[in-house]
Amino acid sequence: MNAQERKKQRIPTHERKPQRRKKDFFEVNLGYEEAEAVNEAERCLQCTNPLCVKGCPVNIDIPGFIKKITEKDYKTSGEILKQYNYLPAICGRVCPQETQCEGACIMNKMKHFQPISIGKLERYVADWNREKTDSKKELNISKAVNKKVAVVGSGPAGLTAAAYLAERGFEVTIFEALHLPGGVLVYGIPEFRLPKEIVRHEISDIEKLGVQIKTDYIVGRTITIEELRDEFDAIFIGIGAGTPRMMGIPGSELIGIYSSSEFLTRINLMKSYDFPRHDTPVRVGKNVIVVGGGNVAMDSARSALRMGQTTQFSHHDTYHPNHVKVVYRRTESEIPARIEEYLHAVEEGIEFHWLKNPVEYIGENGQLKAVKVQHMKLGEPDDSGRRRPVPIEGKFEVFDVDTVIEAIGQTPNKLLLESFPQLKLNRRGTIEVDQNLMTSVEGIFAGGDIVTGAATVIEAMGAGKQAAKSIINYLSDDSDSHHQK
Amino acid sequence: MSYTILKKVQAAPNEYDIWVKAPQIASHAKAGQFVIVMADENSERIPLTIADTDKKEAIRVIYQVVGTSTEKLAQLNVGDALSNCAGPLGQPSEIPEGKQTLVIGGGVGIAAILTIIKTLKEKGNHVTTILGSRDREHLILENEIREIADETLIYTDDGSAGKKGLVTDGMNALFEAGKRFDAAWAVGPTIMMKFCSLVAKEHDLLIWTSLNPIMIDGTGMCGGCRVKVKDTIKYACVDGPEFDGRYVDWDILMNRQKQYSKEETESEHVCKLGGIHPSQSKEGGLQ
Ligand SMILES: Cc1cc2nc3c(=O)[nH]c(=O)nc-3n(C[C@H](O)[C@H](O)[C@H](O)COP(=O)(O)OP(=O)(O)OC[C@H]3O[C@@H](n4cnc5c(N)ncnc54)[C@H](O)[C@@H]3O)c2cc1C
Ligand SMILES: Cc1cc2nc3c(=O)[nH]c(=O)nc-3n(C[C@H](O)[C@H](O)[C@H](O)COP(=O)(O)OP(=O)(O)OC[C@H]3O[C@@H](n4cnc5c(N)ncnc54)[C@H](O)[C@@H]3O)c2cc1C
Ligand code: SF4
Ligand code: SF4
Ligand code: FES
Repeated sequence: MNAQERKKQRIPTHERKPQRRKKDFFEVNLGYEEAEAVNEAERCLQCTNPLCVKGCPVNIDIPGFIKKITEKDYKTSGEILKQYNYLPAICGRVCPQETQCEGACIMNKMKHFQPISIGKLERYVADWNREKTDSKKELNISKAVNKKVAVVGSGPAGLTAAAYLAERGFEVTIFEALHLPGGVLVYGIPEFRLPKEIVRHEISDIEKLGVQIKTDYIVGRTITIEELRDEFDAIFIGIGAGTPRMMGIPGSELIGIYSSSEFLTRINLMKSYDFPRHDTPVRVGKNVIVVGGGNVAMDSARSALRMGQTTQFSHHDTYHPNHVKVVYRRTESEIPARIEEYLHAVEEGIEFHWLKNPVEYIGENGQLKAVKVQHMKLGEPDDSGRRRPVPIEGKFEVFDVDTVIEAIGQTPNKLLLESFPQLKLNRRGTIEVDQNLMTSVEGIFAGGDIVTGAATVIEAMGAGKQAAKSIINYLSDDSDSHHQK
Repeated sequence: MSYTILKKVQAAPNEYDIWVKAPQIASHAKAGQFVIVMADENSERIPLTIADTDKKEAIRVIYQVVGTSTEKLAQLNVGDALSNCAGPLGQPSEIPEGKQTLVIGGGVGIAAILTIIKTLKEKGNHVTTILGSRDREHLILENEIREIADETLIYTDDGSAGKKGLVTDGMNALFEAGKRFDAAWAVGPTIMMKFCSLVAKEHDLLIWTSLNPIMIDGTGMCGGCRVKVKDTIKYACVDGPEFDGRYVDWDILMNRQKQYSKEETESEHVCKLGGIHPSQSKEGGLQ
């Protein structure tokens, strides 16, 4: 391959071998070495009208940060990233780049060319800055403005809103229901894809801006929205779409059936993979079925594989392999998962069964023994534009399994919404907002999954930032004259 | 936030009665609600009922040592702090006004009925209580409850306190004596709540039972605490924990409570041996 040819292809990152990685929770993708990152950055055409930027929900100056990599000025590159994105090490790892920045890159339009690995470069720069720069770096915080904002929920939406406001001199307190901050980043996305150390580091950067995080605070229970309104000038709600949707088919109460939320919470937040050093157990059988085709399904399947069979006392002494299948009611081309995760799952030996849908769980003595699935075919397109799966009458199949993990979506958690019924909701139970992300109640803003339904990390961050801007406008309108815009 | 233990007394051979500093929870708690606590940062999140509050300052919980998490909790003394405590969780009890009520507590479940009885009395209800336990030693809160309830019956398995028998014998005795109630509560071991519910059903009596499935978050986020009531799936942590016992599918609840029995024994085993998990010695070599 000559130099010209090489420029067409993206430089691959290092990945741990499937045979080895599928038994542990260490990170799968190891990222770039310096020389590789520079070479990849040099492939970028530095477009004057960069399409990639339009594909990124927070419009990062992509050619700008990539240019600095070619100059080996990673510090400035990192500063450019942080102007747009407070969590670059996270986004570089989990954004569905193929449908966002990289999907829009001009290189896609050129024959035989592959798009720039924007996500991997972003990750490289963020990791470099985390490892190499002095943590006591000077912070650029504006003069205090004497306004207090409460942020409910510490997922990507809440963290971003908080950081943006704190940087501009607002006094911000985040209230988080769980014992650790981070939302889905800590309780959902597994360690092998997003090491928790990185999440902790990015959150501590945000705390350095002066943001206070109060954990074990369930808004609606430990403190009410009314009480928050008395104490704060504005409120941002970023509580995510936290309640698991379940199939609700016969046999759902049997032991061995988990929602993906319970399964992943046990493993990630409570660290069952380190049981019994951490006290929370999880049970994974010899034959596992995961239902669904999104990131959550991939994460559940790959976590189940890594746990091996853990019904036996000895699971921490030796790894007992298990069989993990994913059943999805549509086909490979309709799966919503990031392509990288799907490919990793295939490499690790997870079996995919398309056009199948569970209709009944069969048990014995209260324990799951088998799943009856219905065969499906694709019919007319539905609202989402994807072809609707329809059952093929009379065509069933029975799988012997002892564990099922349902990963079929989340709905809004009603706990806060029920305690504050003044908030107007949409048909789907999500919070209704105007174009400034203000809810039906003045001074209360909302964004992220609780507004859009389950979406992505970067979209939640985009919403957090937009809401923060609206809050600033709202609070300055409020104190200055009302003539301004 | 520091959830310091302000007071600790042993209530029964394997049960402790503690007051924990938690002003924000104390000022918001209502009868029937619970907290989720972690003794240390590696602990499970376990649910415990708020047995009492000192509105400005602290909450009281009474727990029985049954496994790893409660054992860890028992090792904490006055001046130590819980690593985490979140709440109040769950729906408050539905407290009527000026009615005839019956409140039954069994074992450590007696802890959970104290605030219910107090609140019932505040709302002008007549309260008859039945307390049940293995023996005199395991009977908790007897004096405190006698002081507030209008009438208190005691039943023990061996007859060492009150009458010999089960709390359901107490229920039957009351019905036979012609007593009638508008609402009842029963909190205790699952099997006790099941049988109290059967008796209540015979007499068409609304009976609130506080279900105790395994929980993690306690905020409706995981679905692990699902129970079946009137043929529909409910999340005990947000829809309950109190449900009308006449409509609860008790067999499903009892089956789901056993989910981790093997692992629980294992965790205790390691804990007691003070053993080190192999994963502590981080496996070297990534590739
Ligand atoms: C397993 C899994 C894998 C995923 N993988 C990807 C991926 O690869 N790429 C991607 O882009 N997206 C992925 N997503 C989606 C992405 O994580 C979410 O879209 C994003 O986290 C939403 O952010 P958020 O801030 O709106 O909410 P969340 O991250 O859900 O955070 C909400 C927070 O609010 C807290 N909260 C809720 N109620 C209250 C209350 N009453 N009081 C106080 N706090 C409260 C919650 O405890 C939580 O911490 C994945 C999701 C899951 C579940
Ligand atoms: C709403 C609610 C209120 C409760 N209030 C009290 C109380 O006031 N006093 C009290 O002594 N106990 C109470 N319990 C039960 C208490 O939570 C369990 O005894 C405790 O979790 C056991 O933990 P362990 O690790 O010590 O025991 P383990 O060895 O882990 O378990 C022993 C048994 O306890 C149950 N259990 C285990 N983990 C959990 C969990 N995370 N959630 C619920 N149950 C579990 C299981 O049935 C298990 O078989 C309550 C439970 C619920 C759901
Ligand atoms: S934040 Fe996500 S979409 Fe934007 S440039 Fe980075 S990886 Fe691409
Ligand atoms: S569109 Fe592609 S080539 Fe152009 S600036 Fe963006 S990343 Fe570089
Ligand atoms: S404990 Fe998780 S939903 Fe109830």
